[in-house]
Amino acid sequence: MKILVSVKRVIDYNVKVRVNADNTAVDLSNVKMSMNPFCEIAVEEAVRLKEKGVASDILVVSIGSQKCHETLRTALALGADRALHIDAEDGLDSLVVAKLLAKVAEEESPDLMILGKQSIDSDNNQTGQMLAALLDLPQATFASNLDIANNEAIVTREIDGGLQTLSLQLPAIVTTDLRLNEPRFASLPNIMKAKKKPLETKTPMELGVSTTSNLKIVSVTPPPERSAGVKVDSIEELVEKLKSEAGVIS
Amino acid sequence: MSILIIADHDNRELMPATLKAITAGAQLSGDIHILVAGSDCYNVAQQAACVKGVDKVLSAENAVYEHHLAENLAKLVVSISDNYSHILASSTSMGKNVLPRVAAVLDVAQLSDVTEIKSEDTFVRPIYAGNAIATVQSSDPIKVLTIRITSFPEASINADAVQIEVLSETIESHVSRFLNEELTKSDRPELTSAKVVISGGRGMGSGENFQLLQGIADKLGAAVGASRAAVDAGFALNDLQVGQTGKTVAPDLYIAVGISGAIQHLAGMKDSKVIVAINKDEDAPIFQVADYGLVEDLFVALPNLEKALE
Ligand SMILES: Cc1cc2nc3c(=O)[nH]c(=O)nc-3n(C[C@H](O)[C@H](O)[C@H](O)COP(=O)(O)OP(=O)(O)OC[C@H]3O[C@@H](n4cnc5c(N)ncnc54)[C@H](O)[C@@H]3O)c2cc1C
Ligand SMILES: Nc1ncnc2c1ncn2[C@@H]1O[C@H](COP(=O)(O)O)[C@@H](O)[C@H]1O
Repeated sequence: MKILVSVKRVIDYNVKVRVNADNTAVDLSNVKMSMNPFCEIAVEEAVRLKEKGVASDILVVSIGSQKCHETLRTALALGADRALHIDAEDGLDSLVVAKLLAKVAEEESPDLMILGKQSIDSDNNQTGQMLAALLDLPQATFASNLDIANNEAIVTREIDGGLQTLSLQLPAIVTTDLRLNEPRFASLPNIMKAKKKPLETKTPMELGVSTTSNLKIVSVTPPPERSAGVKVDSIEELVEKLKSEAGVIS
Repeated sequence: MSILIIADHDNRELMPATLKAITAGAQLSGDIHILVAGSDCYNVAQQAACVKGVDKVLSAENAVYEHHLAENLAKLVVSISDNYSHILASSTSMGKNVLPRVAAVLDVAQLSDVTEIKSEDTFVRPIYAGNAIATVQSSDPIKVLTIRITSFPEASINADAVQIEVLSETIESHVSRFLNEELTKSDRPELTSAKVVISGGRGMGSGENFQLLQGIADKLGAAVGASRAAVDAGFALNDLQVGQTGKTVAPDLYIAVGISGAIQHLAGMKDSKVIVAINKDEDAPIFQVADYGLVEDLFVALPNLEKALE
């Protein structure tokens, strides 16, 4: 079985971003970047399927600037077999990303595509669903468990009220939630080995996809700041203040 | 042109989240139509017909829509999308699952978690876990939006019933099947619409200790929430996770107990009206957003709080 995993390079989740001075974007200069945490979970899941003998070939794809090579090398060190970089500007719309991935899927015919549920920069939570729509394939978003049997994916999803389990005919698209697995760290020997694994580059033009967007960012501003309030000395003082000062309990 | 809102429901009740999406939709110009797709859900269609601001209800009742499988529901929405300028759903797991699929087939972008409607084509939404607020203008022919439910009040359900139009076309995809669901049953108010929320973090130490929160929640009529660390440690169920990648809440009162206040947690609760933090570490970042902070061991503070509320 062949698995396609799509990984995005984003700001590291520990970094607190700042909006730039002219309120047009966030300031990403000299900021630590990493693989989107949900994409790490996606890579891990694919590698586990390979270790179980279910998958034989894992292709990782990343779309953005040349710096995506770092992200792809990390995925290769974690156990992916080969990588494809689609050389484009960073921050493309999810729809464009999905169209590019759909073209790759048409060429590669993967049996399973695993994406993160959400990028922690755009907070879009769209690409997997869009890819499934463009390919007219079944989807299971927010996965917390995945089993493959008899050409089907049995996926448990984290939904508002609890958990839901679906069965999808392969090929299918799955997006990862936090509880799907705990990603491993790449070992030094595997990091060295990853340098020799194949990494190919393509352009959106070669894939016949236009990267123009119908969305225009008018402004990016900092959120209203919340200032720290007061410290209380006891529960009695707290309850008193919640009653008489804040008026939120009676 | 009209506005289409996809109702979220459990085939019995319309979700309050949808009432909030209707409030958002009412800020756009055009008639508001609500699509109620499900199985044996006529009751929901009737509720939707009585929501203030709604002009028409479209009812699609068939077993294939029972669990809101994205493949079927998205195709149904696309099949009726012709006369709409905007298609909206609330940012519930249903909305997030289905709407991007609709947008992609229509070849338009989708805007997630809209917190403000500036005009027919310009919308505000948080990015980077709410550390930046983007204003985005769309030139797509149809705007597809999910609505952040904490940013809009609920539309009221007391209007005269409007027309319910029955859609007879059924769209069934055979590539995905529902197997089962484990839904949490709780007598408490639903997390995202509760007026008071009390959440526990890793500091709670165990699932049993969450009982300490339950007693207080009973007294306050509160919903119980959790941090990711508490969910990952198995202290609380996944559907209680508050944060960037869990649920967004904005109650009148949010009480964070044994939660450090990571950016990802703050993203889900910092729009609460009043925030209380109980933490034994006086340097915990949660105190930077708390209106009232108590530096104390939670195992001392919680029993005292329960008593003080008696
Ligand atoms: C991709 C991604 C998405 C994430 N999404 C979310 C999300 O949606 N929601 C979320 O919450 N997190 C999320 N996180 C995790 C987040 O980064 C933090 O790890 C998490 O919020 C920490 O939870 P916590 O505050 O309970 O635990 P900790 O940070 O370990 O804090 C525990 C706190 O309890 C206090 N404490 C301990 N014992 C006691 C005691 N006896 N009495 C009083 N206080 C005590 C400690 O002083 C400490 O401040 C995400 C992380 C990633 C990478
Ligand atoms: N530029 C990109 N390159 C590779 N994968 C991406 C890119 N953007 C989004 N994705 C994938 O889509 C998932 C969801 O992203 P989003 O819809 O942007 O929240 C991510 O976790 C990735 O798996």
